[in-house]
Amino acid sequence: MNGALRSYLDEGSLPFHFCPGCGHRLVLERLDEALVMLQPDPHDVVIVTDIGCVGLSDRYFITNAFHGLHGRAVTYATGLKLANPKLVVIVLMGDGGCGIGAHHLVHAARRNIGVTVLVFNNLNFGMTGGEHSATTPPGAVTSTTSLGNLEAPMDICATVAVNGAAFAARTTAFDPALGHLIAQAIQVDGFSLLDIWELCTAYYVPHNRFTRARLEQTLRDLNLPTGVIVHRKREEYAKAYRATHRVLLGQEPFQRLRLEARYPPGLRTRVSVILAGAAGQKVRTAGRFLSLAAALSGLYATQRDDYPVTVMAGHSVSEIILSPEPVLYTGIPKPDHLLILAEEGLRQVRGRLAGLDEKTTVHAVPSLLPIPTSARVVPLDVEGRRGVARKTLAVAGVARFLQSTGLLPLDALREAIQLSQSAEIAREHLAAVEAVVGH
Amino acid sequence: MREVVDGAEAIARGAIAAGCTFFAGYPISPATSILLYMIQELPKVGGIAIQAEDEISAMGFCIGAALAGAKVMTATSGPGISLYSEHVGLAIMGEVPMVIVDCQRLGPATGGATTVAQGDVQFVRWGTSGGYPIIALCPTSVTECFSLTMEAFNLAERFRVPVFLLTDKEVVATSEVVEDAVFHPIPVVPRRYAPPRDPFIPYHVKDLADVPLMAAVGGPHIVRFTSSTHDERGYLTKDPEKVDRLNRHLAAKIEALADDIGWVDADLEPGATALIVSYGVTARSAREAVKLARGEGVKVSLAIVKTLWPVPVRALRTAFQGIQRVVVAELNLGLYRREIERLAGGCDIVGVHRVDGELLTPQEILEVGGIM
Repeated sequence: MNGALRSYLDEGSLPFHFCPGCGHRLVLERLDEALVMLQPDPHDVVIVTDIGCVGLSDRYFITNAFHGLHGRAVTYATGLKLANPKLVVIVLMGDGGCGIGAHHLVHAARRNIGVTVLVFNNLNFGMTGGEHSATTPPGAVTSTTSLGNLEAPMDICATVAVNGAAFAARTTAFDPALGHLIAQAIQVDGFSLLDIWELCTAYYVPHNRFTRARLEQTLRDLNLPTGVIVHRKREEYAKAYRATHRVLLGQEPFQRLRLEARYPPGLRTRVSVILAGAAGQKVRTAGRFLSLAAALSGLYATQRDDYPVTVMAGHSVSEIILSPEPVLYTGIPKPDHLLILAEEGLRQVRGRLAGLDEKTTVHAVPSLLPIPTSARVVPLDVEGRRGVARKTLAVAGVARFLQSTGLLPLDALREAIQLSQSAEIAREHLAAVEAVVGH
Repeated sequence: MREVVDGAEAIARGAIAAGCTFFAGYPISPATSILLYMIQELPKVGGIAIQAEDEISAMGFCIGAALAGAKVMTATSGPGISLYSEHVGLAIMGEVPMVIVDCQRLGPATGGATTVAQGDVQFVRWGTSGGYPIIALCPTSVTECFSLTMEAFNLAERFRVPVFLLTDKEVVATSEVVEDAVFHPIPVVPRRYAPPRDPFIPYHVKDLADVPLMAAVGGPHIVRFTSSTHDERGYLTKDPEKVDRLNRHLAAKIEALADDIGWVDADLEPGATALIVSYGVTARSAREAVKLARGEGVKVSLAIVKTLWPVPVRALRTAFQGIQRVVVAELNLGLYRREIERLAGGCDIVGVHRVDGELLTPQEILEVGGIM
């Protein structure tokens, strides 16, 4: 850039194409004034526009421009700022956009994302034909409230202020200090919003015999204060994210457990195993240990888990296929082995029991016997052993099962358990294994 | 050396290997684990992963971040895409490179949150207003979750379009023992930026099927982006000639290379008159069905569709040669069969379906399909 910029408006796009007397022109001129005061590089400024007449505004500026969908402008602004914190992101939206996208305002304020929102609040939908908006005053006549508006208006400033915005202020488009206020908002390092009341001469003014004086009177009648509503210091989100996550930077992503085949498998064909237990028995963990042990034994495996959304209650079922070949179909209509570890698991597989024959071995904890099935049933003696708690019961069951079937070496299971990220979990599970396999 | 990995982790690995630096998502089964992996892993490579206030915002964040120069991804399930259908349209209109992972679950509505289905296969193609094309890839395994995620990022850059990775509960949540070599990255397609010193016209293309060069907001050029019909400078226009050119361009850039990116994993047996067509998790059952049939001396061919959209017409027509019966196996009531019926005129076409939240068994495909 050579010298100071005297305007951020694009001469080629002027004059403004708004209705005569529309407040939008006034606000855009004040925005230009604010930018001239601050002198940001236009390449670093992005004007994000929302729906409605205000959505036409970005074309008048020499900065970057982003015009998106109704109500969602703050979401693009957030993405832009997060990806490149040096950007000066200015959102121009109307009261219509604030209504449909109200919760984005709330969440941007909560995060304190460093964007500036200028609300062109003309109290109705100007582009679609003068319908009422979230800020239409009570009793006002619009094309959708011909007998007077019944809804309470949304206090945009209070909404963002109570939700953590760094800065919120309200004024009118006629405010001679508006340019300075916009500049102040842009300089805030955090979420800033200006609620700027103005006239819609196409609809709201004729429907309500509205004037500048009545607009100012309406603010007083509704007890909506003008001026700075909130100005607080909070860390801006894009910066806070980077500062907080710096501890992770440079770490190798993903803990990759590369497993070498070092144990002889005890199977030559595909074997399917279902673990049917209860939440809290670490059924899925036991399934994972089985998969890891399979890999350590030069096998392939798949594991499908089934559990209800209430993860700490109800059943937990893992279906595992062990195979010398990569597994294709991962379903197990009739398992070779079914381990039943708890009443909840039994209930979950009960429907399948009837269809089983002697090709399936059901390994059930003794407290659940007898099991109504034509399958071969053997007791899985892991309950009430010293060293076996509820949270290690599934692993104990798998250890006992491997010991009796010889499908995988117990040492493969032990090594799989030792690969746990938590040493404590590994220790507890190894103790449970030793408690049931004996010597 | 082998690893035990689930589809979600493989997708996250693929994304980071492809250069993803921004992820936004909202928790929804069965896609949540991808969000968790990205939140945990992306900051390690200097990226940003964030939980948004809803799926609409997650897409909005991604679109904004993509414009600022990031390679972006989001992941959800069908209900999430329903919510942000309009943002898919925005990404098409503004030509935003991005990857959207759809972990399908049984629908409609909240449906079966942790239950497998393949019901979004037409939805991702037609789920936004206007009818303009997207690209959708469909992995069958952990291995392909990695490789096709990388391909999805590359296609997003080549075509500047949202690329869907159409997965499902089983493909994402099932863990598999795989060779560690399957995580070897493919070459990464970098973003194609306009030269810094040349004048930049955001949507300028010479030929309709060309893809315009990008410029990052905050870089050397002034960028104009709009969701409205626009001229090549990115200014809203209703000029019929310019609008016509824009809309034809959005379709032409993908259709021109549809065969080039139309991947089908074909296992064609000479002399076979029956062909099984499948995709995603069901393709695994289909592959096993083919193994069973051939083991019994029954001749049968197989076509696993990897690029669901655009429909790989040439590859499928090749597979249809000499075929009298096409069996389409899918976990819906025949959604992709429509595309096969359109292309395999003269063949007897049989659908094998399940919508009960269970996988199709290999035996079912053979029996209902009339192969054995």
